[in-house]
Amino acid sequence: MQLNRRGFLASTCGAVLAAPMLSAQGRPRVVIVGGGAGGVTAARYIARDGAGALDVTLIEPSRTYHTCFFSNLYLGGFRDFESLGHTYGTVASEGINVIHDWAVGVDRDAKTVTLAGGGVLAWDRLILSPGIDFVDGSVPGWDLSQQNRMPHAYRAGSQTELLRAQVLAMPQGGVFAMIAPPNPYRCPPGPYERISMVAHALRETNPTAKIILIDPKESFSKQALFEEAWLTHYSGMIERIGPDFGGANYAVDPEGMTITIDGEVVKVDVANVIPAQKAGRIADIAGLTEGGWAPVSAFDLSSRIDPDVHVLGDSAAQGDMPKSAFAANSQAKVCSNAVLGALIGSTVFPPRFSNTCWSLLGTDDGVKVGATYEATEEKIASIESFVSQTGERADVRAATYEESLGWYDSITYDMFG
Amino acid sequence: MFARLTLAGPACLMAGPAVLVAETQPGDPVRGAVLWAECSSCHEVGPEAVARVGPPLTSILGRTVGRYLGFEYSDAMLGEGAGGLVWSIEALDAYIADPQAFIPRTHMSYIGLPDANARADLIAYLAEDMPKTTEAFAISPEIFAIVGDPAYGAYLSSECVACHSDGAQGIPQIRNLPATDFVTMMHAYRSGNREHPAMQIIAARLTDEEIAALAAYFENAQ
Repeated sequence: MQLNRRGFLASTCGAVLAAPMLSAQGRPRVVIVGGGAGGVTAARYIARDGAGALDVTLIEPSRTYHTCFFSNLYLGGFRDFESLGHTYGTVASEGINVIHDWAVGVDRDAKTVTLAGGGVLAWDRLILSPGIDFVDGSVPGWDLSQQNRMPHAYRAGSQTELLRAQVLAMPQGGVFAMIAPPNPYRCPPGPYERISMVAHALRETNPTAKIILIDPKESFSKQALFEEAWLTHYSGMIERIGPDFGGANYAVDPEGMTITIDGEVVKVDVANVIPAQKAGRIADIAGLTEGGWAPVSAFDLSSRIDPDVHVLGDSAAQGDMPKSAFAANSQAKVCSNAVLGALIGSTVFPPRFSNTCWSLLGTDDGVKVGATYEATEEKIASIESFVSQTGERADVRAATYEESLGWYDSITYDMFG
Repeated sequence: MFARLTLAGPACLMAGPAVLVAETQPGDPVRGAVLWAECSSCHEVGPEAVARVGPPLTSILGRTVGRYLGFEYSDAMLGEGAGGLVWSIEALDAYIADPQAFIPRTHMSYIGLPDANARADLIAYLAEDMPKTTEAFAISPEIFAIVGDPAYGAYLSSECVACHSDGAQGIPQIRNLPATDFVTMMHAYRSGNREHPAMQIIAARLTDEEIAALAAYFENAQ
């Protein structure tokens, strides 16, 4: 069943007439680039709460969107690949114009977006939610042309399937290596959940295999929880090389399948290279990034460079929220409310944000971290937070895992219907 | 006290099944504790409770039916849970009154408790079992009297539905929850009388009016 949200327009006719910005052609136009947790949520909330008062267009190249969240569970063998896939049929049936194409240009003066297929779309408000791109040269020896030999699997889809196939094809006693990214990056616990899930898969089929985690960071999200689980579930299997031992000094050779760590050459069977990250390219093309990310206002996620463009999710430099699907979904709702207020004069409620990130450590062993946030002039600022504790009882961990399954169903329902 | 306000509060009288409790005395958790002795031959309650013949009933209010991990429920109970039934006060009252009538083919071999006052006592006892950080958990009548703004509740609900949807595993269904139950639970989270780290920090920044707005929205959400 759907949770309909009602009664947003203060008074329908009056609100439209009083709208501060009504396009000469008719209904105000909102164009959204990116059909992930930020973009598709914004599209649905604007279309639903705008109740036909706006033209909403969603641009997303994938016909089937595979969620990056929970893709580690597929790597661990806890989910099948199809369970990660979602389509835009319901979204289209709700009056949203879904265009499967790449946005390749933004003209902020003319207020248009150009598509790879040649189309040009006009907008009154533009929302960019393009996720991440990789920083060229951040992993010496690696570029996107090498992603089949050394997959990143950090944008879900064929890369995720490829990495799973490579893990399953490892020789007995082989070596799986991951290069973890520097901050900031998508899904802070993601690389470490992935290590746990790969260990889980290998323990069942290839128990003498080794996992090397090459990590340029001193510390990482939920570190105590992950390290406890690696000792209890996967003892002797995982070696983390932090910056003190050369974890920030690496290069890869995809042809030879080697990784050089602090001058020492290591032969590996699978190399999962997760490069440094930056805002999705279209944010850069639109001229809205500084230092790789798009700075935004905490009150409505509008760009600090152009208030008629909003940037959501991973691409945004917003403050304290992690780059997560949960956060993007939360930001999309605040942004939608503000865009509706600006375009059709509906009530704008105070912004509020929250986030929870669940991670699976092993069978029925789930943990979580979360926080609430508020908008300040400076940034989206953390108010209060929690994190699972080490040594929790098994039934608490099992309930946390079950809760994460419920969350996946709920957020994908919120996104895709 | 908790049971007085939730069972005999005016909002309850408008809900169909709860009309029965109109003439009921306020639930007394002390009397409920005596009645619990019979239940305790099969059920445990409290922070360390585990499954025995029946599932543990710790913090049972608000939980989805048939969802304690590791307990083998009847198909009937699992079906109700899959259908989204939540152990609200009204649902517990109806089930304890006549288990086989409320959930046919439930495995619970209990004949039922026809005395509505006794049921109110027992539910008051189960409600009191919520972990406590304050001496007594009580919600004043003024809180229940706040008329929530469903339009504001609709906006606020967007935060809730990131996790709560009908039938979501391990997460209670809140759509169509009676407003009194919703208000009771959110206040219990906010005051630390009900444990859940995410819900506690979500509730911590909700005002009384915002809780009422959410309750008003979800009670009638389509």
